[in-house]
Amino acid sequence: MAQKTYAGITVDVNEEGYFNDPSQWTKEIAEEIAKEEGIVLTDQHFAIMEFLRNRYKSGDPLSIRSINHSGVIDVKTFYQLFPGAPLKKATKIAGIPKPASCV
Amino acid sequence: MATEQKHPIKKVNIICAKGAIEDVYATLVMGNGAVMEGIETNLFFTFFGLDAVIKRRMDKLHTAVVGNPALRLPGGMRMPTLLGIIPGMESFTSWMMKGEMAKLDVPPVSEFLDLITAGGGKIYACRLGMDMFKFTKEDLSEFVTGILTVGEFYELAGGEGSQIIFT
Repeated sequence: MAQKTYAGITVDVNEEGYFNDPSQWTKEIAEEIAKEEGIVLTDQHFAIMEFLRNRYKSGDPLSIRSINHSGVIDVKTFYQLFPGAPLKKATKIAGIPKPASCV
Repeated sequence: MATEQKHPIKKVNIICAKGAIEDVYATLVMGNGAVMEGIETNLFFTFFGLDAVIKRRMDKLHTAVVGNPALRLPGGMRMPTLLGIIPGMESFTSWMMKGEMAKLDVPPVSEFLDLITAGGGKIYACRLGMDMFKFTKEDLSEFVTGILTVGEFYELAGGEGSQIIFT
């Protein structure tokens, strides 16, 4: 198991940098991971990350469709907030495991 | 999975020429997956595949119950071809397939096209297929970027790290 230090806190991550334990996550940590990904976090980022974290906690699959039905933002905005591979980036920054869904 | 690939796929161009549920969804799932990975994505619908981008047909696709040897009844027994000719069997089977997919958060075709284009994916219809089936621009979904000839498709598909996939 790999470890990484963000904002002075050492956290357990897998070989791709995803958190093993979402409870180790803080907003300060998120900002540092986001910096690595070239993203400056806004309230909108945190709002959708909170949605993703809650969904993960309740055991629901994370799909791109669920973003559209989140009531937080639409998918287009999601792609703009996390350019490139949005669901992968967003979950990484939100401190939850990489989504295993194909949709 | 390695995070650094030596020859990453940068662009995919997926051709869908058939209009059964499984044919169209193979294209849509792969296309949406590519968009989600940040890969430039072009989907090209032709011949019967055009049903996936025709407004009045896109959410009413069926799967074949006759001549489909992989089709099983609930429980795993093969579906006898003769059962397939019962009126309503195809609709019922298709309805069941859609229900199973919805459980897995797979959206209806129209919503899928919305998701793909929201992420920057492009949807195209084939010029020849449109002419053959007498479709006009008005028949097409709002998510269709344009109508292309084969030559235009190849131009679009060019580039390093680009792949053409025929589903």
